Order: sequence, then C-alpha cells, then structure tokens
Amino acid sequence: MSEMPEIFRVLAFVGGIMALVGLNAAFSVWLERKVAGHIQRRIGPKEVGPFGIIQSLADGIKLMSKQLVVPAKADPILYRLAPALTMITAVMVFVVIPFGPALVAVDLNIGLLLVFAIASVNVLALLMGGWGSNNKYAVISATRAVSQNVAYEVPMLITVVSVVMITGTMNLNTIVGQQQNLLQWYIFPWNGSILLPVAFLIFFVCAMAETNRAPFDLGEAESELVAGFHTEYGGMGFGLFFLGEYGHVFVGCALASILFLGGWQCPLGILPGVHWLLIKTYLLVFVVMWIRWTYPRTTLYGLLNLSWKVLVPFSLAVLVVTAAMLKVF
Amino acid sequence: MSGYFKEIYDGCKSLVVGLGITFKYMIRPVVTLQYPRQAVKMAPRYRGHIDLVPDAESGNKCIACGMCQRNCPSGCITLKSEKPEGAKKKVLTGYRLDFTKCSLCGLCVESCPTDALDFSKEYNLAGFKAEDFVFDLLKRCEERRR
Repeated sequence: MSEMPEIFRVLAFVGGIMALVGLNAAFSVWLERKVAGHIQRRIGPKEVGPFGIIQSLADGIKLMSKQLVVPAKADPILYRLAPALTMITAVMVFVVIPFGPALVAVDLNIGLLLVFAIASVNVLALLMGGWGSNNKYAVISATRAVSQNVAYEVPMLITVVSVVMITGTMNLNTIVGQQQNLLQWYIFPWNGSILLPVAFLIFFVCAMAETNRAPFDLGEAESELVAGFHTEYGGMGFGLFFLGEYGHVFVGCALASILFLGGWQCPLGILPGVHWLLIKTYLLVFVVMWIRWTYPRTTLYGLLNLSWKVLVPFSLAVLVVTAAMLKVF
Repeated sequence: MSGYFKEIYDGCKSLVVGLGITFKYMIRPVVTLQYPRQAVKMAPRYRGHIDLVPDAESGNKCIACGMCQRNCPSGCITLKSEKPEGAKKKVLTGYRLDFTKCSLCGLCVESCPTDALDFSKEYNLAGFKAEDFVFDLLKRCEERRR
C-alpha cells in the first residue's frame, strides 16, 4: 500500500480501524451472548437475523437513539470526556497492530511500547468516568479499577520485557516475521527461554485483568456496585464504554497472538495474511469469554494477592531465567 | 514454600477442571424451548382441568349418574340430563365446569363409574373474565370427536 498518496493511506486506515472497532464490538457482544447461552444450555440471541447476528446492530441503534442525560452535580467535562477517552485509546492502539505483512498503519520500531503507553491511559478514562458522575458506587469502582490496573501492569510489562529480550526488537511486525511456522512461535519453550509458556499465561491473565474482564471485573461488580464506573451512563456514553472495552479485549488478544502465537503467520508457513491474525485473536477472545462464564468474580484482596504474590514473582523468574539462557546459549 | 507452590498447582488444576466442565456443557444440546413456536409435551400424569373422554359410538361414556357432581368438594360441576321418550337410559345434555373453583383434586375422575372423565393436557389458560373459565365440556367433547 506504499504507492498510494499518504493522505489516502491515512484515510483508508482510519476508516478501516474505526470499522474494525465497531464491527468487533458488535461481533464480540453477539459471540459473548452465544457462548454464555450455550454454556448455560440456552440458545442465546436468535431472533434478529440468522442466528441473531444482527442483534448487536439493533442494540447499537437503540443506544444511539437514546438521550444522554448528565446527572445533576456531575462534572460535565469529565463526564462527557470519559467515554470518548476510553474509545480513543482503544482505537489508537490499533495504529501499530500488524494485520498483515504490509497491512500496518504505522510501522513503528517502538510499537510494543506505544501499545502499553496508550492502553494504560484507559484506566484514566475509567477514573474520570467514575469521578465525574458524582456517584459513590462509580467512585469505588474507579478506585478499584485503578489499583487493579497498577497491580497487573507490573507483571505484564516484566513478561513483555523478557519476550523483547528474545526478539531483540519492539517492532511488532518484525516480531511476527521471526515466527514463520508453528515451531518458531514464542509460546514454545525451545525458542529462547524454557519459561515462555509461563510467560504466555502470565501475559494472558494480566491482559484479562487490564481489560477488566471477568473474573477480574471488580470495576463493574454488578452485585455490589450497581454497574461500576458506568452506573450513571446511558445511551451512547454507555455504548462507547462498551465499544472501548471490547476494543481493548481485541487488542489484548491480538497482542498475545502477535507476541506468542505468530500473529499473521500461518502455523504451517503457507498463505500468511490477515485471516490468521483474526482467527488466532478470536480464538483467544473466545477463551476470554469461556473463562468469564466459568469462574465467579474474585475478591479485591484475592485479585491483588494473585498479582503481587504469584504473578510478579513468576514474571521476575521468567525474566531472570530468560536473561540467563540468552547469556549462556 | 512448598505450600505456596502446591497452592498454585492445585489452583491451576481446579481452574482447568472448571473450564472442562463448562466446555462439556457448551457442546451439549440446548434444553430451552422457544415457547410460542415449540411447546413442552405434557407428561402423561399432568392434571389439567377435567374433560369428557370422547367415545366412538355414543359421543361420550357418561351415564349421567351425577357421581362427579355429588363428589365435587367445590361444587364446580353442573350436570344436566334428560330421559327421551321410550328410552331406557338418561342422556347427558349439558356438562358445565366452573374452573375458577376447581382445586384439581380429581375426586370426580376417581368416582366416575364408567371412566368417562379424564384430565386434559390443556395449560394455555389465560383470560380476561371469570366466564372464560366456565367450560362446556359436552361441547368440547363434540369438537374433539370431529
């Protein structure tokens, strides 16, 4: 796509990424409801369109046509800014995600760093939403989300550092390029460090906690905090939070498949392309949903204990072992 | 220290077992029915309101003895019969069931000497007036015979 004038390239990528975020949210909501239904031996949505596939579109239209009510005494600027900010971070992260050999909006050599730098702004959006809506439940939920995100950022970044030590680059496209077939994927222990499967597990758990997914969804614990930080949001404010959340889930799973599962590379080394990234990502998204409908929500203490007592020591072990193995071999 | 690792191992194992259980449930067939389009087949011993059993020869087996009417603790059965000129037996001319009073005890069905009564499998019973639940069982029986 390099022969196109820059402006068209930018427009095409902006349009494509926005469409992907929207379609991804619609598809993920539908998938989540179907998975939930079948795990509970129900059917899930089935009335709107074949297999209920247009259900999320109908829900989206409903959300868009609702009035956005700003609660009295809420901070009008923060209240309005928060959903937009969570959406902006979700969209901006897509800029460096490589969908194919040449299908990446900006081929940055610090792409990985950019993803974490921007994705962690999302927690600020949750805090703003919770604080700005002048609701005690929303504030409690926002503080929980912040402590959770701080706790899980640490082990996640440590494992990512050990992966970067093996790859020697932060350019996501180069990292994918190094994993040309199944045997070269960085999830396998013979590719640099014997603790790479553990690193993948830690990364995946942290990605789930970072995106506030169950069983770590303390931020929106319905049984205690009404709906958490988006208690006071209706209409498209709520819709944007949802779009953003599913966008972050997609990015987390896409990043896991880029770092550990070969991104757009085919397992057998033939016909690489965007479809492989989508297949791997949605398989991981499915696992995230499967986990959500299997485990009950943890407590806040259980969540912080898991991070500080288990994930941080293990990620440090991964780091040390990786460094030692890189030095020795 | 060994307790720490054992706890992590046991925790991970139980998580995997849990995932296995939900996956098994996910691939099993669904058990819910889409109600207006699909309906549950009622069990043989389901007790709906009572119904006259249709009979091929005479329409119904009722001999108008009035046992059901007398046995009913709620008094919801009203029987009408007449003896036509020259006939030996009484003939049933009206069987009215006031279902608003019925407690589904089944004494009428038990006491019927000719097994002319039975429980129906009707459960779609919703109405706006009390009169909607007063059934003319003789008419229902005629309709079912046709």
